[in-house]
Amino acid sequence: MILQPHISIQNLNVHIGENHILKNINIDFPDKKVTSLIGPSGCGKTTLLKTMNRLLDHQIDVRVDGKVLVDGENIYDPKVEVTHIRKKMGLLSQRPFPLPMNIYDNVAYGQRIHGNHNKKELDEIVEKYLRGVNLWDEVKDRLKSPATRLSIGQQQRLCLARGLAIEPEIILGDEPTSALDPISTQAIEELFLQLKDKYTIVLVTHILRQARRVSDYVGFVYMGEIIEFGPTEEVLLNPKEKLTKDYVKGFLS
Amino acid sequence: MRKIEENIFKGLMIFSTVLISSTLFMILYTIFSKGLGSLTWDMVSKIPEGGFYIGKGGGILNAIVGSLYITLGSTLLGLLVSIPIVIYINIYAKKNSFLANITRLSYDILFGIPSIVYGAFGFAIMVYMGLKTSLLAGIITVTLMIIPILVRAMDEAVRVVPEEMRNSVYSLGATRYETAKIILRQSIPGIVTAILLSFGRAIGDAACVLFTAGFTDSIPTSLDQPAATLPLSIFFQLSSPIEEVQNRAYAAAVVLTIVVLIISITAKIVSKNLSKNKI
Repeated sequence: MILQPHISIQNLNVHIGENHILKNINIDFPDKKVTSLIGPSGCGKTTLLKTMNRLLDHQIDVRVDGKVLVDGENIYDPKVEVTHIRKKMGLLSQRPFPLPMNIYDNVAYGQRIHGNHNKKELDEIVEKYLRGVNLWDEVKDRLKSPATRLSIGQQQRLCLARGLAIEPEIILGDEPTSALDPISTQAIEELFLQLKDKYTIVLVTHILRQARRVSDYVGFVYMGEIIEFGPTEEVLLNPKEKLTKDYVKGFLS
Repeated sequence: MRKIEENIFKGLMIFSTVLISSTLFMILYTIFSKGLGSLTWDMVSKIPEGGFYIGKGGGILNAIVGSLYITLGSTLLGLLVSIPIVIYINIYAKKNSFLANITRLSYDILFGIPSIVYGAFGFAIMVYMGLKTSLLAGIITVTLMIIPILVRAMDEAVRVVPEEMRNSVYSLGATRYETAKIILRQSIPGIVTAILLSFGRAIGDAACVLFTAGFTDSIPTSLDQPAATLPLSIFFQLSSPIEEVQNRAYAAAVVLTIVVLIISITAKIVSKNLSKNKI
């Protein structure tokens, strides 16, 4: 069914302190598709997302067992450079957090820390990715003004452009529209649909309609376990598991 | 009944608010009314002449310069030590790590130690190392006193930066050091406040410098010479029975207040300009 997994999670267990947050997770995220992770608050879907770019490293008392393979490489291998892993993935968080710099520098930041200081190349990259998130026309005359002057919807698109500008292969979205108004939400969803030709997208969401609108595959997470995983229509319209059925119908939240 | 309660508390609150603002006003009024008359150009441009403390000519330039040397020196030295501490406990150490917790506990304790204790400690070290009262000894002692203030205030400023902000920077592939730079930039207004707080403490403190920097009528030209400071200059002049000399103490207090005001206003402007890009 799934031919090329881009990210493959095998026997993953995550403990934070005494709590067993993720229990024996096995899931393959197909290449160049949108996969949504749905589930009630606190079910572990955000933690699962954070294991994929090792953001859990910064928390104390976290134990990660199992494998997360990205392009066949286990990112929890001690030999792996964490910045190298993260460069492969752009993260879009719940609220936009523009860096304390101007619009241009926000997009150029990733390139700069990875060693690109060529002004002409940076100009091109900034324009390319701001166009890519349909923000260029709105900001092209004020690239030097602070990113924080943008509306929250524009800021979220800027953060997406900033993530894309490091030229990742994967986009991780952690409920990226939860702070946005319906119009900005639609803009982000449309971008995901455009971007899925080039990127593998993993989207954490609690909005079932959003999962249905944008994703090709859906994984249902409940109490730290993957209950069901499959093509969107199957999981959302014709779930096999009772728990999924209850959640999709709104009995479980 | 509830209405009366509401009014009583409202009255109390207004009373406290008025009391605190009028205290500020009264302090300013007292030092300015007593001091302005003696605040001549000679006061701020000359060092004390012989017999200055019994009413003869000269000024307090020695104390102005000495105070600025000590305050700027210790603030810079303090920042050099505190910024790495703040970066370490917030960014390199994991959340709630043992070392970070111990650091926070110790600066909280150090924060509460009276400055005379720092003065005595500085004096002991000075004697042990065979140093004389000097600018250097004063700077080091004042630095020790302000480090807890700097670390505590900056730590608070850095801690309020949301975790998602850090995660956003990390997920661009930034190292911890690069992330630290962004977080510090994000916390600039808080850092400026920290510097201001410690600057104010450093320039106004008499107990720290009493035994370490000493007092002299000349302007120090090297780190191993003693240095005068404004608080001590005020102290010595105010202890005089001669009214004219006492009034000069108030003039010195005016100078001290003006220096602090200039520094705070400049810092506010600088911080505002630097934080334009902040969330």
